[in-house]
Formats: sequence, structure tokens, C-alpha cells
Amino acid sequence: MSSSAITANHDVIAHGADEHHDDGSKTLLGFWIYLMSDCLIFSALFATFGVLANATAGGPSGKELFDLPYVLGETMLLLVSSFTFGVAMLNMHAERRNKVIGWLFITLLFGAAFVAMEIHEFAHLIHEGAGPDRSAFLSSYFTLVGTHGLHVTCGLIWIVVMMDMLRRYGLNDAVRRRLSCLSLFWHFLDVVWICVFTIVYLRGVL
Amino acid sequence: MFGKLSLSAIPFHEPIIMGTLLMVSLAGAALLGWVTYQRKWGYLWSEWFTTVDHKRIGVMYIIMALLMLLRGFADAIMMRGQQAMASADAAGYLPPHHYDQIFTAHGDIMIFFMAMPFITGLMNLVVPLQIGARDVAYPFLNSLSYWLTASGVVLIMVSMFVGDFAATGWLAYPPLSELKFSPTVGVDYYIWSLQLSGLGTTLSGINFIVTILRMRTPGMTLMKMPVFTWTALVTNILIVAAFPVLTVTLALLAADRYLDMHFFTNELGGNAMMYVNLIWIWGHPEVYILVLPCFGAFSEIIATFSGKPLFGYKSMVYATAGIGILSFLVWLHHFFTMGSGADVNAFFGIMTMIISVPTGVKLFNWLFTMYRGRVRLTVPVLWTIGFMVTFTVGGMTGVLLAVPGADFVLHNSVFLIAHFHNVIIGGVVFGCLAAMNYWFPKAFGFKLEERFGKYSFWCWLVGFYVAFVPLYILGLKGMTRRMNHYVNPEWQPYLVVALIGAVIIMAGIGFTLLQIVVSVRNRAENRDLTGDPWGGRTLEWSTSSPPPFYNFAVLPHVEELDQFWADKEHKRAYKRQARYADIHMPRNTGVGVFMGAFGTAMGFALVWHIWWLAAAGLLGMVGSFIARAYDTDVDYYVSGAEVEKIERARLVPSQKLVDHVDPASAGQKVA
Amino acid sequence: MASQHGHASGADHQHAGHGSLKSYIVGFILSIVLTLLSFGCVMSGAVPHDLIVPGIVVFCVAQVLVQLVFFLHLSTAPGQRSNLTIGVFTVLIIAIVVVGSLWVLHNMNVNMMHPLPMTSMG
Repeated sequence: MSSSAITANHDVIAHGADEHHDDGSKTLLGFWIYLMSDCLIFSALFATFGVLANATAGGPSGKELFDLPYVLGETMLLLVSSFTFGVAMLNMHAERRNKVIGWLFITLLFGAAFVAMEIHEFAHLIHEGAGPDRSAFLSSYFTLVGTHGLHVTCGLIWIVVMMDMLRRYGLNDAVRRRLSCLSLFWHFLDVVWICVFTIVYLRGVL
Repeated sequence: MFGKLSLSAIPFHEPIIMGTLLMVSLAGAALLGWVTYQRKWGYLWSEWFTTVDHKRIGVMYIIMALLMLLRGFADAIMMRGQQAMASADAAGYLPPHHYDQIFTAHGDIMIFFMAMPFITGLMNLVVPLQIGARDVAYPFLNSLSYWLTASGVVLIMVSMFVGDFAATGWLAYPPLSELKFSPTVGVDYYIWSLQLSGLGTTLSGINFIVTILRMRTPGMTLMKMPVFTWTALVTNILIVAAFPVLTVTLALLAADRYLDMHFFTNELGGNAMMYVNLIWIWGHPEVYILVLPCFGAFSEIIATFSGKPLFGYKSMVYATAGIGILSFLVWLHHFFTMGSGADVNAFFGIMTMIISVPTGVKLFNWLFTMYRGRVRLTVPVLWTIGFMVTFTVGGMTGVLLAVPGADFVLHNSVFLIAHFHNVIIGGVVFGCLAAMNYWFPKAFGFKLEERFGKYSFWCWLVGFYVAFVPLYILGLKGMTRRMNHYVNPEWQPYLVVALIGAVIIMAGIGFTLLQIVVSVRNRAENRDLTGDPWGGRTLEWSTSSPPPFYNFAVLPHVEELDQFWADKEHKRAYKRQARYADIHMPRNTGVGVFMGAFGTAMGFALVWHIWWLAAAGLLGMVGSFIARAYDTDVDYYVSGAEVEKIERARLVPSQKLVDHVDPASAGQKVA
Repeated sequence: MASQHGHASGADHQHAGHGSLKSYIVGFILSIVLTLLSFGCVMSGAVPHDLIVPGIVVFCVAQVLVQLVFFLHLSTAPGQRSNLTIGVFTVLIIAIVVVGSLWVLHNMNVNMMHPLPMTSMG
């Protein structure tokens, strides 16, 4: 495996250890910190949802609206996509570029299916008159779940970009670094979703 | 095609705004014309706008902050003028809607676009130099942060002339800021300018945390970091922890206004107090985000000019970290009157009192640093002493307000206004100006002129007390904040005195500008060839002034706190190397500028509901970012030979000087 | 195992524990099981009502930990320590934001007789 380097990273090693300018560990640390700040975005949304969860203003409540088998289906899609991304990463470490692209593509399909299910769910709710403008509860529900969905969508775009970069450049340092970040991002969205289905859906139907 | 935007959005009927517009346009045209005439566009673009050099980005931040100080202060003196006039039967000269925008803009500009850029600029300029790094962790991201902040500035400035700004108070509490009660675009300008600059701030927070954690020079353990870097680290942790909450809060308000949601409305279950709760979860850490780096700067200044190591370095570090954690546990003291009851108020009242303890520790540390030191009364030291006195007064009125019972009486009164100006002017503004005077020679290679600096200090100090002591008294007499007009004529004399104070502060600002202009003009006299004009202690003073773009030809090795001081003591400083290695540097890029421009377009379009432009702006931002990821030409190497050439040119004069620039005498010449 | 491959590149010398197929499979199975348990708690009707909320919260926390360990490879290994520290700090701030907000607004609703009193969130 080789290709034109995206950065001069390989030279850094030759130039001594003082000043890793494009060192992957630095990027991963920064990305981890970004994820933590994203965590706080979600925590503020969860807090808002918690405060407004019962403010249905005479409108429908979660108990009337949520369809748990459907949510279980969404959850399974996301969990499987997390696993397939893991396999893609294992292939990256094993230097198998085409398999990485293949597994990323499978992840993309599962992620897209998740987003499609969520859009369908939202459309259904709005159609039933339970849109985000109906009550504070629904505003916070749509915003929290929608923000997660938006993150997944960004992840999908990122996967497409990475597939293209893999095709063009192969598994060079920059691509590996970015795939590692994307991997963190994708698994992180899974973690957020676990909290979403527990607090929003499961607790919501009680 | 243009959404809600039409020619009627320009307030032609407001003579004050139109006059300002005329002046701003003339000054702007003159500036642009001058740059064109001097043929400096290419230079500005390639050396400054597209730069990824942390020092230049820092300088650009500080220039932005000084410009915004002028705008924010113009708002302030207009308010003081209005309140000095509008007593009893007199209406003053500002109609209520305009006055309301002014106090809102004053607060937002001073916090988001004056204080934040100033401290971000200082951290940019100083932190990499202090830790012996060649740049920040993500140089491109740093440029992007700057231009996102700049796009926020552009939006808030445009709001003055196209449409209007929020008339809600600086935090835009709902339900007033909801569409029903603020139907104009003012709150939308507020939301998007803060969202854009907030994104920039968050990114630069991440950048600095990684820089400080991962790019320290060999040997510099955490407990050998200079105090300013410590405070910068804690501040950036607070930024990354607090700004996401602001982002959410403003996004939810935007959802209410744009998508007809009901987070904070009066109808359908909305809860306006949730907004107040959320925004203060950001807002209180924000206060410490601003003041901690200033504490750091004061620590550096007082140690340098006392010719002693900082007293209680460890306690300073622990106090800083303690303040960082505690700052997340006090937010409710901004709304004791909400009605959460005794348990909640008692908890937050006590936490607020506790947070003053580490601050007190710091004050004693500074005092003990000065004790038995040879204190040189330079301009930065004057600011520091002024700060110590003023901030203590402000802190004590703060502890007073931390008592929920007292707060019920003083909430929303001008006593509160006096209190937070007392800490923000006394802490942040004095700190920024002290730091500017202290590090200016590092950035430009010549010192700021002393005389006008001292004039500026005295005007600010005296002006501050003249302006705000009357407000303390008026607050106790029951005057509430944000009044366009009042009926009690007894208040007027105090407000006239406060106006006089504001005028004195204006003189202070004028002297600062004059100081800069005169210093630039006389730069030959104030030139600093040593790189160490004050007899400094930390690594930033070991390189030349201004530092070469790579900062350090050879990364310094650190074995103790105040390494550079020890090196000078042992005559180890300014060593010439036999051989210089190649240096890896990032390449300049215009992507940050483009993304900022797209962001401005998107924000403006969102304000005016020009959906196609908003989509185009968003696509432009995302597209530029992805395109940047495909750019393979992002860095380069400076050859060792070239480094040697630059270093030789620098070391020859400073080695000649080094014999008679032992730190103590360097200071004597200054004083 | 893939994880045995060494790399000279900078990208992951720091991120040494990037998992193996086995650990991904274990994590995946645990996630599926915990998810089914969570949903089962609510959907089966077999669990006493008082135990449902504690149950789903426990499964939620367990699954978050599973994901962090098996997929995000968070550990106490030296290379991961700063990530772990930052993560713990974040959890602290999240707790302050969420618990604080719920506490403060619950108290306000009770004291101000807000028309829509919240039930406390566990």
C-alpha cells in the first residue's frame, strides 16, 4: 500500500521527535475533546427534555405516540452499523483498503436506513398533528432526537468523503487519522442513542 | 428573493444612526482607499488575513477587540448621557426602542466581541511562546476561529444599519425575546452573531487545550508551566465545557422563533425560566473564562516587575483549578428571585461565597510577591495594583449579593450593574490593558510609550470610581437597571456624576490610542533588541522580539519553573547553536477567510429569511472545509541554513547586549 | 489478529488498544443483549412497575460502558489516560448541568405553583 502523502507526516519521524506537527495522537486528543463538548450539547438537550417532558399542554404524550418496536428496529440498525464500522477499522489496521471501503459502505447503508426510519417517524408524527409546534414536550423531543439524527447525517457525509479519500489516496497517515476520528464519532453517536432510547422512548411510554 | 429584507430596513428616520453610518462609511472608505493607495492589499492578504501564525492571529484578535471597545464604549457613553438627561419631565435624546438596543448591544459587544477576542488574542500571542512551542496544535483551525469571530462582529455591526438589534438586554431573556414580543430581526441578529463567534470560540478552546497538553517543550511538566499558561488551560477547559450550553440555549431560542416551537414561550407548556437557567450555566463560567487569563497576566507581571518568583505558585495553580470547578456550581445566583425556594438559594449562595476564597488566595499571593520585592512602577504594574484594589471592592460587593436575602433587594438594580462593572472593568479590562502593555514589545519589537500609558491608567481608574460609585448608591436607593427615563429627580445628580466618570474613562481610552500611535511613531526610540525588555522570567522572553515565525530555532529545554530567569542567572541564555535542524511549519491558507465569509452570508440570510442564500452559505462553509481536507500542500520545511541566517542576525546584537542586560538593570532603565 | 500489526505511522502509536475482532464481537453481542433487556423491561409487562425505571437506567449505564470499552477503547492504559480524565471531567459537568437543571426547575415549579408541575426524574 502506498500513495502520495497528504501531509509530510512521514518526514517528521526522520526529522526527530521534538515537534510532531501532524502527529495523529494530537488530532485524536483534540477530536476526543470535541466529542466531549458535543456530549455537553446533548446533555443540555437532555436537561431541557427532562424539564419539559411533562409539558404536553393537553397534546399527545409519549405514551400515545411512541412505537417501541419501531424504535427497537432503529436501535438495531445503529448497533449493527457500529459493529460494521468496527470491522472497517480492523481492516484498516490490517492494511486492506478495499475491504475498508466495503465495510464503510455497509455502515453507510445501515446509517442511511436509520436516518430514513427517523425521517419517516417524524413525518408520521407531524402528519398526526404531533409536530414540534404542538407542545413544549414535542419541541424538546423533536430537537433532541433530531439533533442526534443530524449528527448521524453528518457522519454519513463524512463516510462518503472518507470512501472517496480511500479510493484516491489509499491508507495513508491522514486517511487513517481521519478514519480513527470518524470511528470515535460514529461510536459516540451510538452512546448518545442509548441514552435517547432509554430516557426519551422507554421512559416516555411509562 | 430577499426574504424580509427591503430598503425600509435601513433606519433613515433615525438621525443618530444615520450620522454614525455616515461617519463609519467615511472612515471605512478612507481606510480602504489608503490601503489601496499604498498597494497593501496583497501584503495584508498573504501576510495577515491568510496567516496561520498564532502571533499574527493574536494581534488581529487584539486589534478587533480594541475596535469593538470603541463601539461598546460609544454605546456606554450614550446611555450615561441619556440617563443624565432623562429625569422627571425631560425625555432625553434617545427614544426607548433605540436606547434598549444600545444597552443590549453594549453588553453583547463588550463581552463577546471585546473581552473574548482580547483574551483569545493574548492567549494566542503568549501561550505557544510560553510553553516553547512553534505554533498551536491546529494552526488552520486557529485561523478559522478568528474568522468566525470576525463574522460575528460583522453581523452585529451590520445590525446597527440594516434592520435593528435586539432590544432585550444582553442575554435576550424570553418571553420578551420570543417572536411574539420581539417581532423584528433584532434578536435574530443576536442569535446568529453569537452562534458564529461561539463556534469560533469553542474551536479555539479545543485548540488551546491540545496545544497546552501536548506541545510543551521537553522537560516542561504541568507544574513547571508558567501561571498564565495554567490560567489559559483552565479557561479553555471552561470554554469547551460551557460554550456548548450557550450554543444549545440560543439554538432553542432560534427554534422557537423560526420553527414555531415552544421551549420558552408562554403558551403550550414552554418554560422561560429554563432559558434563564441554561444561559447562566454558560454565563457564570463565562465570567471566569474572561477573568482567569487576566489573573494569569497579573501573576506574570507582578513576578517580573518585583524581580521575584511568584509567591505560592502551587496555591495559584490549585486556586485556578478550584475556581474552574466551582464556577460551574454558582449559576443560580444570577436568578435567586426566580422562586426556587430556600434550599436551592442557600446552596448556590454558599457556593458563591466559597468561590471567593480561591480568589482571595490569589490576591494574597500577589501581595506577598510584591512584599520585599523591588517593585518597578511601570505601566503594567500600575494596572495590576489598580486591579488589586478595584477587584477586591468588586469581589466584596459580589459576596454581599451572594446572600439571597440581600439579593432580593438588590436584584436588577444598578447596584448589580456597579458590581459587575467593578469586577469586569477592574479585572478583565485592567488585565487586558496590563497584558497589552506587558507583551506589546514581544509582539512588535518596541515598547509602548510610558507617559500616555500612565495617563490612560489614571483616567481609567479615577473614571471608573466616579462612574460607578454613584451607581452603587443609586442601587441602594432603589434605582433599577435599563431605565430609559425616571421620575425621581433626586437621582439626577448622581447620574450626572456617573456621566462625568464615563467622560474621564473616555479620556483613558483616548490616551491608550494615543499611546499606541505615539509609540509606533517613535518606535526607533523604544526599540527592544534583546527580546527581553523587562527582565522576564518565562520562555517567551528568551526569543527575539518580534519572534521569528518559527518562535524557537531550537526548542528550549526546561528543568525548572522560570527557566529563562535561571538561564540568565547562570549565564546560559542566548546560546548559539553549532547547527540548526530543519523546522516543520504550516502553510498559510485562505480557507478560514472564505469560511468566515460564507458564515457571515449565512447568518445575514438567516436573519432576513433569505433561504437560498442561507443554504448557499452553509454549503460554502461545509464545502470549503471538505476541500481543505483534500489539500495536500498544507505544510513545509524551513531549512536549517535559513534558520541559521535568521538566528545569526538576531543573536549578534543581543549577545553584545547580554553582558550588561542582567535583569535587574534592564528594569532600572525602564522605571 | 489484526491488532497484532505494528505501525510506524503516527496515527495510532498512541492509540494502541484499537481492539480485535473478538472484542468487537463481544461488545456487539453485549450491546444487543442489553438493548433487548431494556426494551424487554418495558414491553414485556412482566417487570413490576417500580423496577422498570431503575432497570432501564442500569441497562443504559451498562451499555454505555460496554460501548466505551469495546468500541471507543477507553481504558486506563497510559495512552488513554488523558482521554479518560477528560471523559470523567465531562461526566462531572454533565451531571452538574442535568441534575442541577432538573433540581432547580423542579423546585421552582413546586414553589411557584407552575401550572404544569413536573414529576421528578428519578
